Amino acid sequence: MRLEYFQMIDKVLELDLEARTLRTANTVPDESPIFEGHFPGHPLLPGVLLFEIMAQTSGMLALRLHNYDRMAFLASVDKGKLRTFVTPGQVIEVFSRLEHDGSGYARLKAEGRVEGKLVCNADITLKTMPFPAPELRGYLLSTAKRIGMPMGDAPAAGEGACQESLTHV
Amino acid sequence: MSTTFETVANIIAETCDIPRENITPESHAIDDLGIDSLDFLDIAFAIDKAFGIKLPLESWTQEVNEGKATTEQYFVLKNLVARIDELIAAKSA
Repeated sequence: MRLEYFQMIDKVLELDLEARTLRTANTVPDESPIFEGHFPGHPLLPGVLLFEIMAQTSGMLALRLHNYDRMAFLASVDKGKLRTFVTPGQVIEVFSRLEHDGSGYARLKAEGRVEGKLVCNADITLKTMPFPAPELRGYLLSTAKRIGMPMGDAPAAGEGACQESLTHV
Repeated sequence: MSTTFETVANIIAETCDIPRENITPESHAIDDLGIDSLDFLDIAFAIDKAFGIKLPLESWTQEVNEGKATTEQYFVLKNLVARIDELIAAKSA
């Protein structure tokens, strides 16, 4: 994770297109300026970032399922639970499942576990829409590559204009 | 009114915490009931699940924004229910 850049996902562990699920691994850094304030002498990953990890995993799943022709923005977090502290150095495995792909929105269920223990879960609603800027699409494709998202034969990376816009993240 | 309306009205009442008696077939979801776009996503999700359909919210919004339709056509509940019934019929056809 690079918390200061909101790069929450380290790598993809498993993508199941048929079941519409994604599992990611995300290591909390040992050091970050965030821990200087949250909290002195008792560093904890802020709960809002646990929601962000679940939202980003859900978003990357939604993007992959839409073959990167639509962006997904976080719209709401329902039934959010922060069940225990997450500390520097721990690895959070996040699992997200697309529950419903609606018109202009997607609803997913997500959860995070540390060493098998449930640490957070939520129902995530994403607003989906055409990419508002080509560089954003390029950034997301680059992120997908960085985290090892299986692209199969569906990725938009084959489309010249977008491939050219890829930047290393 | 149809059972479709009862289901939709109950969904709106529960999702938006609106008294059920305030929701009528003539109610405009936005103007009368004060439902915003985010709350309507929750309603759409519940409707999609309840009826096994996919409300075409994006195309409706686009039509309204382009002046090709009015919000009344899609968001007055009796009209919304009629659209839902059409989608249900199309699904089983």
